[in-house]
Amino acid sequence: MFLANRRTLLRVTGLMAAATVLGAFASTAEAQEKIRIGYAISKTGPYAGGAGITTLPNYELWVKDVNAAGGIKVGDKKLPIEVVEYDDRSSSEEAVKAIERLANQDKVDFILSPWGTGLNLAVGPTLNRLGYPHLAVTSVTDKAPELAKRWSNATFWLGTSAQISEALADLLGKLKSEGKIGPNIAMVSIADQFGIELSAAGRAAFKKHGFTLAYDKTYPMGTQDLQPLLKDAIAANPDAFIAFSYPPDTIALTEQAQLLKFNPKIFYVGVGTAFPLYKGKFAANSDGVMGIGGWNADSPQLKDYLARHKAATGKEPDRWASSITYASLQVLQQAIEKVGKLDRAAVAAEIRSGTFDTIIGKVKLKDGLLQDIWGVGQWQNGEFYAVAPASLPGARAPVVPKAQWQ
Amino acid sequence: MLLVDIVLPGLVLGGMYALIALGLTLQYGVARIMNLSYGESLVAAAFGAFSLYSGLGLSPLAALLLAVPVAMLLNWLLYRFLLERLMRRSKDRGAQEIDSILVTFGVLFVIQGAMLVAFGGQYYSYSYLSIPLTIMGSTLAVNRLVALLFAALVGGAVYLALTRTRIGTAVRAIAVDANAARLVGIDVAALSGLAFAFGGGLVAVGGVLVSMFLTFNAAMGVVFTMKALVVVIMGGVGNVMGALVAGLLLGVVETAVARLVDPGLTLAATYALFLGVLLIRPTGLFGRAVS
Repeated sequence: MFLANRRTLLRVTGLMAAATVLGAFASTAEAQEKIRIGYAISKTGPYAGGAGITTLPNYELWVKDVNAAGGIKVGDKKLPIEVVEYDDRSSSEEAVKAIERLANQDKVDFILSPWGTGLNLAVGPTLNRLGYPHLAVTSVTDKAPELAKRWSNATFWLGTSAQISEALADLLGKLKSEGKIGPNIAMVSIADQFGIELSAAGRAAFKKHGFTLAYDKTYPMGTQDLQPLLKDAIAANPDAFIAFSYPPDTIALTEQAQLLKFNPKIFYVGVGTAFPLYKGKFAANSDGVMGIGGWNADSPQLKDYLARHKAATGKEPDRWASSITYASLQVLQQAIEKVGKLDRAAVAAEIRSGTFDTIIGKVKLKDGLLQDIWGVGQWQNGEFYAVAPASLPGARAPVVPKAQWQ
Repeated sequence: MLLVDIVLPGLVLGGMYALIALGLTLQYGVARIMNLSYGESLVAAAFGAFSLYSGLGLSPLAALLLAVPVAMLLNWLLYRFLLERLMRRSKDRGAQEIDSILVTFGVLFVIQGAMLVAFGGQYYSYSYLSIPLTIMGSTLAVNRLVALLFAALVGGAVYLALTRTRIGTAVRAIAVDANAARLVGIDVAALSGLAFAFGGGLVAVGGVLVSMFLTFNAAMGVVFTMKALVVVIMGGVGNVMGALVAGLLLGVVETAVARLVDPGLTLAATYALFLGVLLIRPTGLFGRAVS
């Protein structure tokens, strides 16, 4: 019995070994039939809200678009994309572990980035060490230029905090010189890296343009009642109300401002203003509200993108980072096609040096950074138009003062 | 007047805290289930209200009539087929708590997963009764006032039911000592199930009402579980009146700190108050003496 068993065992082991070897051959043969692209994204945890609107729908849309067109052209072959997806649970450790797993176990050809500044900075060193191109789209940090220098594989797409705050301060400065607003600003910001960087950059930029910060406070994440904050901001009687806020706060601040009949000439709120949810909730009252981001809504490519996004995911994209996320993927695809093989280092170099045709127009990065960034957008007649920097093509004139809440 | 402008909005915020904690105080204090899926159930109710409102145009207040019985039934089934076995198997309260934590930790992911599949990760928000009302110079939102009103009414009713009725007395007896309650002929399993189901109904009330003014998504449950836990423990585990008072107190303190000191310190104030209460009264404001 024992012998027979051992023999069977040996036979099974032998078969398994053979199968593994064959399997290995099969998978190397298969690897040329497909491009394996992996990503870990926040499907749960506090970042799921942002990832669910800005990043994940665009990954899905892009994969769908590429595969519908037969795939990515590598050499003389078109390779369809196969996706490996993980949930990073909004945790830096999980995100880093998932990247290691994607590279070492799943052996994916390319890795797409997670959502958010924190997670992108967390996975940055690992992606750099493993040699994968890192498209850090949804990250806003003043360290971007320095990081892009340190990580030759990385690119940053949403500008720096200073860029965004300066665009806003420039716009306000211009309105002040035209006599449309006075010099008083009330600013509130969320107490995390995003809020701290933007408000610090804002403080400097507003001062440079001759503004006074009549009210300047931070609030902790997850604050469920922003009315106390708003009441003190109202008491400061500002010409412009500026909030570097996250989506739930952006919504709550707008709602409370309406309840309290707070009608400053400029009402600017943070992340979430550019979301379709904002327009959906506030309807006509969203008109005139300014916020981070914006896009050139008149561009035919973006109109087409909006329609495709809606058809594929059932939702409209946000008007800030969504289109840039999609454009970054188009850049990745074109870089692979130009290099003509799955050579990650060459693709990363091509992304940095090449010029690409995307839905946001011609993209040419400088020192690893996308240069032409919208800082301020404004809802006008149901569309979130970019209004600053005014020097960029497609910028609209801002409507100031904002109409009173209805 | 600044004082009115702190106390009134503070009470309104506190009413919401009390409202989201009432269900947990019944489930944890009486049925002895440390329900980690509490916040997820609350968010599920919010999604239910949102769907009924945006799909059928049904007002959230009318949705309560549907949400509460459904939630009670689901919670009763959960208790009957999953938790009751655990309760019977575990010897002492400590073991029961640990088992219930493990099981409801799993339930948390089931509910969250279902919500993610149905609604995705993005934020949801709608407006209902977002009307300003000025009382003594302080402007409040009607939807938040409604939440405060419900917290007071429901809290009061549950308190009376627990202290003035026969079933309520039996339920409290179970909370004190389940074995002794069994000896005097109380059907512990049935009544614990009832208390758990009732707690579930209160979660639904909380979820439906906060959905009128808070932005939510499928990942947000833990925020509510944490807040509810702070309120329940501060008020004294299992004490409905305690949860009500602790919730209101937290709201007023947070608002006062935000107006008088710095809005950045509200979270610190919450935990300072929490620790302060526990240092002076380790079993909470209305808690039993340690036996």
